[in-house]
Amino acid sequence: MENVMYARILTSLTLGFHIIFAVLGVGIPVLISIAEWLGIRKKDPRYTQMAKRWSKGFTVTVAVGVVTGTCIGLQLSLLWPSFMKTAGEAIALPLFLETFAFFFEAIFLGVYLYTWNRFKNPYLHWAFSIPVIIGSTASAFFIMTVNAFMNAPQGFSLENGSIVAIEPLQAMFNAATPSKAGHMIFSSYATSAFVLAALAAYKLLRGNATAYYKKALQLTLSLALIFSLGTALWGDIAGKYLAKHQPEKLAAAEWHFETKGEAELIFGGVLDEETHEIKYALRLPYALSVLATNTLDGEVKGLNEVPEDLRPPLFIHYLFDGMVAIGGYMIIVPVWYFVRKKWLKKEASPWELMFIIGGAPLAMLAIELGWIFTEIGRQPWILVGYMKTTHAVTSATNVGEMLALFSLLYLFLAVVSTSILLRIYKQPVVMDKVYPSVTGGESR
Amino acid sequence: MSLEILGITVLWTFLYGYLIVASIDFGAGFFSFYCKVKKEDHLVNSIIERYLSPVWEVTNVFLVFFFVGLIGFFPSTAYYYGTALLVPGSIALVLLSLRGSFYAFAHYGVRNSMLYTGVYGLTGLFIPASLATVLTISEGGFIRETNGLVEFLSDQLLKSPYAWSVVILAIVSILFISASFLTYYADKAKDRKSTVIFHKYAIMWSLPTIFASMLVFFAIYQHNPEHFQNMLDISWLFLLSLASFLVALALLLKKKHYGWAFVMVMLQFAFAFYGYGISHLPYLLYPYITISDSINSPVMGKALVTGFIVGLCLLIPSLYLLMKMFLFDVKYVQGKEKAVQR
Repeated sequence: MENVMYARILTSLTLGFHIIFAVLGVGIPVLISIAEWLGIRKKDPRYTQMAKRWSKGFTVTVAVGVVTGTCIGLQLSLLWPSFMKTAGEAIALPLFLETFAFFFEAIFLGVYLYTWNRFKNPYLHWAFSIPVIIGSTASAFFIMTVNAFMNAPQGFSLENGSIVAIEPLQAMFNAATPSKAGHMIFSSYATSAFVLAALAAYKLLRGNATAYYKKALQLTLSLALIFSLGTALWGDIAGKYLAKHQPEKLAAAEWHFETKGEAELIFGGVLDEETHEIKYALRLPYALSVLATNTLDGEVKGLNEVPEDLRPPLFIHYLFDGMVAIGGYMIIVPVWYFVRKKWLKKEASPWELMFIIGGAPLAMLAIELGWIFTEIGRQPWILVGYMKTTHAVTSATNVGEMLALFSLLYLFLAVVSTSILLRIYKQPVVMDKVYPSVTGGESR
Repeated sequence: MSLEILGITVLWTFLYGYLIVASIDFGAGFFSFYCKVKKEDHLVNSIIERYLSPVWEVTNVFLVFFFVGLIGFFPSTAYYYGTALLVPGSIALVLLSLRGSFYAFAHYGVRNSMLYTGVYGLTGLFIPASLATVLTISEGGFIRETNGLVEFLSDQLLKSPYAWSVVILAIVSILFISASFLTYYADKAKDRKSTVIFHKYAIMWSLPTIFASMLVFFAIYQHNPEHFQNMLDISWLFLLSLASFLVALALLLKKKHYGWAFVMVMLQFAFAFYGYGISHLPYLLYPYITISDSINSPVMGKALVTGFIVGLCLLIPSLYLLMKMFLFDVKYVQGKEKAVQR
């Protein structure tokens, strides 16, 4: 039992740390590419500078993303050997394809980062950002299909404990794939846009009101708005997926016990686990039915129909609500900014800037909450309906020691990467002369 | 060609790719540390960096590709090796993480500290040592299965002369591969001083690779006679390896054709590596896993192979582009490329 707990903590620690960098790794190339394109198109060197500065920081985040990604890739086999054996049999294809996507991204990232000004036609350099975007977004997609498979396993059948009749494409394009992949990719884009918006907002708040930072803020916030809307829309798709295929997860997230139509959505509140009585909650009539079925009176399955030992823990309600609330925040803040700017012709006030800055850590928090929600919400299963988490764990001892070892590693990486990113951020924006290459220039 | 042979050939080829590119990287890290200790670092660092900067991430992918592919083609390996390697695997991961992230961090000034260069240089030796241990474990005798419970016999491993001989071979090999590549690269960059230094290292580490290989041969004979017998059956591969080595050494001693010398070094390792791999078959782990009983279902195998072919169609032109831009572009190699304003 102890092994399971340690292994779960270590996996969640690695994923929780990796996801920060993975999200930036998927999202930031999109923003870099758009900025570089605008710079060429509008002949405005400020956008080019944005692309260059962002790529400089990006090399650091991508490095941590790569090494922690390698960690989780191997740790899955080290901590959950039985699960990975099954996964290898049924869902190996996207895992394998992900390494190709990653390979592709790595190659073109190298080319992109080291060839600023190498081509006469600036669009040629910009074009190298496209395979980076394709590679990183495809990586996210393939990994999400594997996670989706854990939630909605299909494309095989079980005979006498061994897996037969495997259909790799069916396993990959399972019921959970569209909702999971879309929601994750959009939220990565949105979070990255918010992180970059916060960087510009902070400089503006400190009185550095140059055109560079104003344009950076406007660009990043407009992208943040588009991507946040996409995230929310896809969140709705994810809700409908849950209602149809994993009703116990939705019911636990919503504290929805009785199966009924015209179901209300419960936000926040305190639950009495004995009586299932909910206090102090905000209740939105019909909203859960709408989320689950798109109709006001749609029936939503309640948790009482699920055997008690197969119910996810009920605290995931708060994780879900936290994620949704932040999602709303990520739409309202940019809308507010654009309303004031377009119709009232006002620059962002210090208050607004502070809300924008707050959006970055909140967006990251929402990513974490969403992940913890989806992972805990799948419990007690590691592969829903087929394999329980407790049966998948390694029989090796020393998991506790490895947990300590990796905690130290992540702590160290967090401290060093933060300090380096701060150093890059503090470098002044240089516009008139050619900027040093993104590798920095220590010895020459 | 049967699916299991095809699968293991693909994987082995990627592992060979990793062996070469990672050796260059690991060795370069060590040399840069060593030169710093000897206060010669200003001479060689620019060469090392110019090569490594655009490719370090690619190096890592070869390794990821290998183990993900291994689980895909041979899922039982995840179960046995996964259970057995928790501790050594985790340690290798921590070292790889430190090294990989330090590399990127280094560009922002950390490099000048001795601690950094030390970590970077020494992980370059420890990582191959710990990774090579996986090959040692595959020879059997270090994993025991009783009643379905897989157990890793770490004491046996630490006491095994075979394990230590493999570690020595791994370390010596990376230094030799790396030095012979960097000699070629520095020569191409027309950096005389660096060429002289790397050339010296290449000569220095050439004979030890052969001695270390002999040591491993002898140790395998002791540890796993069955495998040794299989190796004798294809001894021509190992002789070709030796011949390639001699040509490489001759070219290095004559101080010309460094490019060909490096190609011969690659061949030396290719023959030995494939010879080792072929003679290891059909076992992936003595005596528990063979390629034929652990191979994934034909459907999945076919899907993986299709994915692999599609992937290669993307990868090969991209890798070619990368090499053309950074490895074979003389202006870049010499540091004259305008884009590399450092």
